[in-house]
Parts: sequence; structure tokens; C-alpha cells
Amino acid sequence: MFWQIDLAILTLVVVTAVASIMVKDLLGAAILFGAYSFLMCLLWSIMGAVDVAFTEASVGAGVSSVFFVAAVFRTSRRTKD
Amino acid sequence: MSELIPTIIAKYNYWIYITLMMIGLYAMIAKNNLVKKIVGMNIFQTAIILYYVSIGVKKGATIPISTGGHGAAHEAVHAADYLNPLPHVLMLTAIVVGVATLGVALALCLRIYSRYNTLEEDEILAQIRKK
Repeated sequence: MFWQIDLAILTLVVVTAVASIMVKDLLGAAILFGAYSFLMCLLWSIMGAVDVAFTEASVGAGVSSVFFVAAVFRTSRRTKD
Repeated sequence: MSELIPTIIAKYNYWIYITLMMIGLYAMIAKNNLVKKIVGMNIFQTAIILYYVSIGVKKGATIPISTGGHGAAHEAVHAADYLNPLPHVLMLTAIVVGVATLGVALALCLRIYSRYNTLEEDEILAQIRKK
């Protein structure tokens, strides 16, 4: 576990988490949440949890993003907050 | 006091996990849009997974895969050389359960949208009160 990479990715994780709940476009929130999941996957492969990392890459970053995009496509994209 | 500050800084994984958990909790409580609430719920779940994976990390240890396969000479396994795989396995289940709850929550969102034609919580509550 290299603490430089760890700290940089942890900072990016917090930034993408705040951005995905603050952005005013639901499709943008879905894509930013996909980026958040992929950064989490990198974090887990750094910490040595390789099984959790590839499950997160396929299920968290892949299937969750598809679900969000499909749900936003079938409902409205705009939001007030 | 001077020994306390490096101890606090050395646990930065846990500080980030608390921060992510509070971001998710804020999104679940304060956000008005239902999809934003679901994003907050997912951030909360990954924060808890980050906490559990951080428990299993050891200094100077490698990933928990045994190098001796079939036909290799039997050698003693030193548990101190490997990361603790138990939290990883538990969190594997948590990720799959998280995706299942996400699917159910988004399906409920679709039903709410088809009935009330909006995803904003205050507009839904106003329509319910009007009836």
C-alpha cells in the first residue's frame, strides 16, 4: 500500500462523491457516480482486496451505471437540487 | 499531544470513510430528488465497505493468494505474510446486496414517476396532500 497513491485517490473519491450529489443534471450524477465507483475499485486493488476490486469494477461501476442511465432515460433528467 | 497528531494522521483511511459516510447521509436526508437520495445511499454503502477493507490491511503483507498449487512442495503458510481475507469476502456479499437494493429502489422510482409524473419529493407530497 503506497500512501501517496492512496491519499490522491481518496481525495478524488471525496471530490467525485460531492460532485455527484451537487450536480444539477441527473445523467451527470449517474456518470459521476460511475467514476466514483471506479475510483473505489482502484482503491481496493491498492489495498490488496483484488476480489472486491473486480466485483466493484463489474457490478458497481458497470451494472449500477447502466441502471442509473436507464432509470434517468425513462424518467426526467432535470432536477432542482 | 505531540504523539497524538501523527497517530490521527496515520489513520486517514478512517477519516475519509467518516467523511464519505456523512456525505451519503446528507444526500439521503437533505436532497429533494429521489435519484439523488439513491446516489447518497450507495455512497453510504461504499463508505462502510471502505471501512471493512481498511481493517484487513497489514503492513508488509501480500494479497491472500497461496502460491503453492497442485504438485508443489508442501510448505508452511505464515498468516502474517498475507492480508486478512475475511473482510474482503464479507464485503463481496455487501456489494452484490447493494446492487440489488439499487435495482429495487430505481424500480420504485419508475413507479412513482409513472403515477405522479415527477421525482421531486416536495411535489409528490403536495400531490398526495391535495387528494
